[in-house]
Amino acid sequence: MKFGVLVNEGPFTHQCSDSAYQFTKAALEKGHEIYRVFFYYDGVNNANKLAEPPTDDRNLMANWSKLAEEHGVDLVVCVAAALRRGLNDDILAPGFRISGLGQLIEAGIQADRLVTFGD
Amino acid sequence: MSKLHTVNKSPFERNSFDSCLKHAEDGSAVLLIEDGVYAAVSGGEVATRIGEAAGRLKVYVLGPDLAARGMTEDRICDGVSVVDYGGFVDLAEAHDAVHSWM
Amino acid sequence: MSDLPEIPPDDEDEFGVVKKFCYVNRKAPYGTVYALESLEMVLISAAFDQDVSVVFMDDGVYQIKKDQETDGIGIKNFSKTFRALEGYDVEKLYVSKESMDERGLTTDDFLVDVEVLDQAAMSALLAEQEVVITA
Repeated sequence: MKFGVLVNEGPFTHQCSDSAYQFTKAALEKGHEIYRVFFYYDGVNNANKLAEPPTDDRNLMANWSKLAEEHGVDLVVCVAAALRRGLNDDILAPGFRISGLGQLIEAGIQADRLVTFGD
Repeated sequence: MSKLHTVNKSPFERNSFDSCLKHAEDGSAVLLIEDGVYAAVSGGEVATRIGEAAGRLKVYVLGPDLAARGMTEDRICDGVSVVDYGGFVDLAEAHDAVHSWM
Repeated sequence: MSDLPEIPPDDEDEFGVVKKFCYVNRKAPYGTVYALESLEMVLISAAFDQDVSVVFMDDGVYQIKKDQETDGIGIKNFSKTFRALEGYDVEKLYVSKESMDERGLTTDDFLVDVEVLDQAAMSALLAEQEVVITA
């Protein structure tokens, strides 16, 4: 089955990104395909490579980047939401790409299920 | 066609749980995640709503979120099943769409 | 929302798949950004020729309240963009009757035409949807 995942919140302030990450990881472990993970609203902040969370806790940005690297997961950050929040290619963490909101709609069309995580 | 509904907020914080129960069609599934797991804990006023819901909906709670909040499985209401993230994925697969109530 | 998306010409039917997309709005405007950025999603999905419904329930009913004047709070008033939905062929706008009644609102308070659904009708509508996006 193909899953699309929508992440509406940034890292740490809400559990959203963690829940989305755990769901995505579980889906991959079960042999499903992740069509795309789309980051919207404050979710774009998951793609900021400048973040330095404390080392005794999880690094959400690195976790997402690792999913991209190890499983080829397509991590897309909405350009409009990113611009609004000062996220651009210069500070984009590895594995993420910036693109239009149409990529979310496409995920809704092409994936079998779209799962939203937010606040 | 039946949906998987997820609720991620405490029923004491927001009305998301109530709105979900009001609108979830008979036979659909409700999965409580994040702070939403508190709705599954027995002994409070909200527990009666779970009891009513369990008659017409399949109610699940995400075990890791329950454990994180210090709630053991023996404290959850009758009629609520515990699943892990793998179970969450299975539920999403088994239903025709996922509707997240936040 | 400075630039509304262009509507592609009819022959750009890239996917050939039409799904029932439903945007469920439950939050009030301005206190959070969800109302504004959700509306942007609605407009984009119309541009993809999907079968779009927009639902306003709980505090989401406030999003379409007439007479929003935002100069005093220094935030752009995006409410008139709801009127643009018709031009994008997004005409299926639904409001929860219970949410309206709880908040003392009537359809006269809204800046767009909506269909009012009671709980049973709203459940039935939601049950038909293939992609549900919430914020």
